[in-house]
Amino acid sequence: MSTTTILRGARPTGGDPVDLVLRDGVIAEILDEGTASHEGAAVVDATGLVALPGLVDLHTHLREPGREDAETIASGTRAAAAGGFTAVHAMANTTPVADTAGVVEQVWRIGRDAGWVDVHPVGAVSVGLDGTQLAELGAMADSAARVRVFSDDGKCVHDPILMRRALEYVKAFDGVVAQHAQEPRLTEGAQMNEGVVSAEIGLTGWPAVAEEAIIARDVLLAEHVGSRLHVCHLSTAGSVDLVRWAKKRGVDVTAEVTPHHLLLTDDLARDYDPTFKVNPPLRTAEDVEAVRAGLADGTIDIVATDHAPHTREDKDCEWAAAAFGMTGLETALSVVQATMVDTGRMNWADVARVLSAAPARIGRIDSGDRAQGRPLAVGEPANVVLVDPAATRVVDGAEQATASTNTPFRGRELPGRVVATFLRGRATVLDGSPVEVTA
Amino acid sequence: MRHLLSTQDISRDEAVRILDTAAQMAATQGREIKKLPTLRGRTVVNLFYEDSTRTRISFETAAKRLSADVINFSAKGSSVSKGESLKDTALTLQAMGADAVVCRHQASGAPHLLANAGWLDAAVVNAGDGMHQHPTQALLDAFTMRRHLATYLAGGAARPDDDVADGTDLAGLRVAIVGDVLHSRVARSNVHLLATLGAHVTLVAPPTLLPVGVQTWPCDVSFDLDATLRDVAPDAIMMLRVQRERMSGSGSGGGAFFPNPLEYTRKYGLDPRRLATLAPHAIVMHPGPMNRGLEISAEAADSPRSVIVEQVGNGVAVRMAVLYLLLSGDNSEGTTL
Repeated sequence: MSTTTILRGARPTGGDPVDLVLRDGVIAEILDEGTASHEGAAVVDATGLVALPGLVDLHTHLREPGREDAETIASGTRAAAAGGFTAVHAMANTTPVADTAGVVEQVWRIGRDAGWVDVHPVGAVSVGLDGTQLAELGAMADSAARVRVFSDDGKCVHDPILMRRALEYVKAFDGVVAQHAQEPRLTEGAQMNEGVVSAEIGLTGWPAVAEEAIIARDVLLAEHVGSRLHVCHLSTAGSVDLVRWAKKRGVDVTAEVTPHHLLLTDDLARDYDPTFKVNPPLRTAEDVEAVRAGLADGTIDIVATDHAPHTREDKDCEWAAAAFGMTGLETALSVVQATMVDTGRMNWADVARVLSAAPARIGRIDSGDRAQGRPLAVGEPANVVLVDPAATRVVDGAEQATASTNTPFRGRELPGRVVATFLRGRATVLDGSPVEVTA
Repeated sequence: MRHLLSTQDISRDEAVRILDTAAQMAATQGREIKKLPTLRGRTVVNLFYEDSTRTRISFETAAKRLSADVINFSAKGSSVSKGESLKDTALTLQAMGADAVVCRHQASGAPHLLANAGWLDAAVVNAGDGMHQHPTQALLDAFTMRRHLATYLAGGAARPDDDVADGTDLAGLRVAIVGDVLHSRVARSNVHLLATLGAHVTLVAPPTLLPVGVQTWPCDVSFDLDATLRDVAPDAIMMLRVQRERMSGSGSGGGAFFPNPLEYTRKYGLDPRRLATLAPHAIVMHPGPMNRGLEISAEAADSPRSVIVEQVGNGVAVRMAVLYLLLSGDNSEGTTL
């Protein structure tokens, strides 16, 4: 690990250009632009590129174990690196479910061996995601995977007493319950946002209130028991208002929004293309505006991808028969740039906050020898992504590193391109391409 | 437009052209020899994922009267998530050289997918998809209304008229559509087609059976059937079928859309008392199959005002017109339907 890499002329979080010197897995020096030199060092011309701390995704579906036909830990983490990530949280809804120390340790170990990003398994809240009995949260927390985020994502912990117990129980190890807020009775058979479009095209509606009712309940529960709550993929204007209200009250709640909810609306369902079928569903233009405003004012803490790869056959069919979900690891940063930076609502320091520092803090991976989400400062881990904000590209699912092609941004021109990603000083992506690990 | 997927896609002129063509088709159906040679050598596939003997027979009759070869492909029982995929079925029909595919499917949007996914070159006719659309039903309803009421609206006698002038629409007609709008593709299709043809539609239903978003539809909405009959005085009243499962709801109960059948009938059924309040010229319609005693009384169903049986017959003429316009290549007016 004695290799030295110089990122020449990079602009840390969009600031003035400097030379970043990465050595022994840390940021060894930050020098004036063009002044760094080191014998035998690899030099990356980063002129014009923005340097951000390695991105951290709190919400990734890697599908392994169980659905390796859609994605594997190796393919998904390779896609993550290509998207500028250095850490991902792997959701628990695998087969078998990640509800025991054994499964989370397996995911953690396979991720470590793949070497693309740090893989932090999310533990299931309930056994088998069944919503009835608490999983062995303590065993998962104590395992080698050191699980701190617990979620039945894909399903809602709808039983209020189970939710209360989970919120209380994880306090013992500073864990957090990440809730997929979806009142199940209000969403039976639901296919898309309930509103003008669903009424017209005849798909069963998924009303905003089914999300908001659970968030309202959960913030009150979290307040009552003094626990930490994280709201997954918040998607409605009402949800933003509720979280804003809860934070004002001092509730220890954090919230995430996905890139697709920052950009896309339910109008896209009109062609019955299941690429746009996702849970929670794409909402209205008013909701998109509300989540952007919420992200800009800090009500929403982070952007998380909810990267949900699916096989072709699970999307090449009738809308009602198709799977929920869309890929997102390789487009997240571009969508945030398009919707928040290029619109003037956020700067690159804000991007570093919502895509790196805050998710790392919520996941409690922001300290220790594998710390993530740290600032770009001397002595910090050399987790760095270089972005060319001036580049544009047309998204093509077939060209992506993920094993699945269900990107909702297919055919769209998006700004920004990840040029290079460094995980503790080692390049995982260079010149926009993943750097295969040589044995 | 190469397909008939939704009444929202049809312009006023296209709709009138279909009705005019249907009138010509209907005129041939009184003859002793009903068969026309028009579509000889063309193949029409009835692809039915949902059991609907009535609609299938209607399309089959229409295609056969036009001398098309008809293949009935019943995929009923194969749910959307089991069995052969829609894509593979479509590719199979493509390989077999289907010229038109008439598709009935429980999934909203399935015909749209058949028409647009690039699997199939055939013209696609939506014969009912989920809660979305059933355009030929709306066309046959409009045809029936035009036959019975267009002359009256123009100041003539209130009687069926088989010689309605070509180009006649339904301007000024008042229609009440009553019942389970939420789950009804018939209602969705009718609202848009009738509005396109100039009619004024009032939907009447308990609030639980109206979709969120209905306020953007080109119609009025009422929760009160008696008030609508009094204030709107519809020229045509269309009773929608109420499905039995709507009464119980799903799961552990509490999801029922109305308290019980008796209450539904009291508030929204076309009973003899309400039947008697209709204007002398008004007609009673129902897309079938009826629940006698629930949404419609036997008195209403069997009354001289009822055109329910005639709707079935008109269905054949309208579907002949649709298949003819889609497959004959006669697009002289630049519209292909």
